Amino acid sequence: MHEMSLAESVLQIIEDTARKQGYTRVKKVWLEIGQLACVEQESLRFCFDVVMRDSVAHQARLEIIEMAGQGHCAKCLIEMPIAALYEACPKCGSYEIQVTGGDEMRVKELEVE
Amino acid sequence: MCTTCGCGIGQTFIAGHALKQPRKPGGVMRYRVHGDGAAHTFQHGALDFGAGAAGTHVPGISQSRMVKIERDILAKNNDYAAENRDYFSTHGIFALNLVSSPGSGKTTLLVKTIAALHGTLPITVIEGDQQTDNDAARIRAAGAPALQINTGKGCHLDAYMVGQAIQQLGLQDESLLLIENVGNLVCPASFDLGEAHKVVILSVTEGEDKPLKYPDMFRAADLMLLNKCDLLTYLEFDAGLAVDYARRINPTLKVIRISASSGEGMAEWLDWIAKGCHNAVAAVQRTAEPKVLLE
Repeated sequence: MHEMSLAESVLQIIEDTARKQGYTRVKKVWLEIGQLACVEQESLRFCFDVVMRDSVAHQARLEIIEMAGQGHCAKCLIEMPIAALYEACPKCGSYEIQVTGGDEMRVKELEVE
Repeated sequence: MCTTCGCGIGQTFIAGHALKQPRKPGGVMRYRVHGDGAAHTFQHGALDFGAGAAGTHVPGISQSRMVKIERDILAKNNDYAAENRDYFSTHGIFALNLVSSPGSGKTTLLVKTIAALHGTLPITVIEGDQQTDNDAARIRAAGAPALQINTGKGCHLDAYMVGQAIQQLGLQDESLLLIENVGNLVCPASFDLGEAHKVVILSVTEGEDKPLKYPDMFRAADLMLLNKCDLLTYLEFDAGLAVDYARRINPTLKVIRISASSGEGMAEWLDWIAKGCHNAVAAVQRTAEPKVLLE
C-alpha cells in the first residue's frame, strides 16, 4: 500500500510549488507513471482522492500518462519495448536487459488557478 | 483502519514514541466509503460521504494556467536518503537494508550474524515492523543495540523514519548498521533509505518463482541470500532455478546460499559484510587525506 505514501509525496510537491508560485487551487494533476514502475494505478487513484481532500488540490482531476517500458540488451545492443522486468531480448534471448525507460514516477505538470 | 485497502497515516512509532511528521499536520483525515456502503472511519476520523461528482469550477471565469513541475514523486524521500547516505559515508558506517517477505528468517539471520561478529565491530540494528517491538527485543538479547520503528499501517520504512532513528541511536563511527525492513516484498523496493546495498532474503520454503512474481525487489537488491538451505533435502525447491529467475531480473545479482540455523554459507556472508565495512572505512580515510595534506 505504498501508493498512499506516493500520493502524500505528490501532495507535498504540489504544496511546495503552491507556496513558491502562489496558486490557490489545483484543478488537474498530470503524473507520468512508467509501465515498469512499482505502482498500481487504481490504487494510486484511490489514494490520490483521499490525500488531496481539503488541500489545495481538493477534487483535482488526476491524469496518468503511461510511459512505455524500454530496454537495452547488453549482449546485442538493441533497444526494445519491454512490458515486464523479466523479459528476454527478442533477438538473442539474453536476460541482460537494462531498463532505459518506463520506470519513472513523476509529477509532470498542473493546471492551477 | 480501512479494511479494503489498509490506508491510514499517523501511526508510525519509533521505540514507542510517535514519529514527528515532516509535513504540517493535515487536520482531519477523511476516507471515502467503500463499495458496500458501510461507513468506516479511522483515528480522528470524521466521515465524509463524498461531495458528489459535481465540481465547483465555473467555466468562463477560470484563470487557469499550467505549471510545469517535472519532479520525481519520490524526490523528497530521495533527499532524506541522500542525507542518510552522506552521514553514513562521512562516519564510515556500512548500512544494509534487509528486505524479504514475512517469515523468510531475517531476524534469525540477524541474531546469528550479530553473534558471529560479536567483538569484531560495533553493530546497530533498526527494526521495522507494523506492530510490536518483539524483533528489537530479540536483537537486544543477542547483544546489539536496536531501535524499533513501528510503521502502524505503513508497509515499508522510508528515509525520514530511518533519519530520525539514526539521530536517536547515536551510531558509532566505523560501524555496521543493519536495517531490517518491514516484511514485504513489494513496497520497500521503491524507498531508498540511504543504505549501501539492499539485501533480499529468499527462503527455500517459498516458491522458486518469487523473483518473477515480485521483480522490483530483486532488481533493487545487490545481494540475494537464499536462506534455510538446510531444508533443501526435505523440499522440492529447485535452488538453481530460483537463482536463474533472480538473475533474469538482475543479471549482476550476487547470490549466497545460506542457512542461519545450520551455519551453511555464513562465512561467505560475514566475509561480504567485512569487506563492505572495510571499504566504508577506507572511503572516509581517502576523503580525509587531502585535508591532512592541506593542513
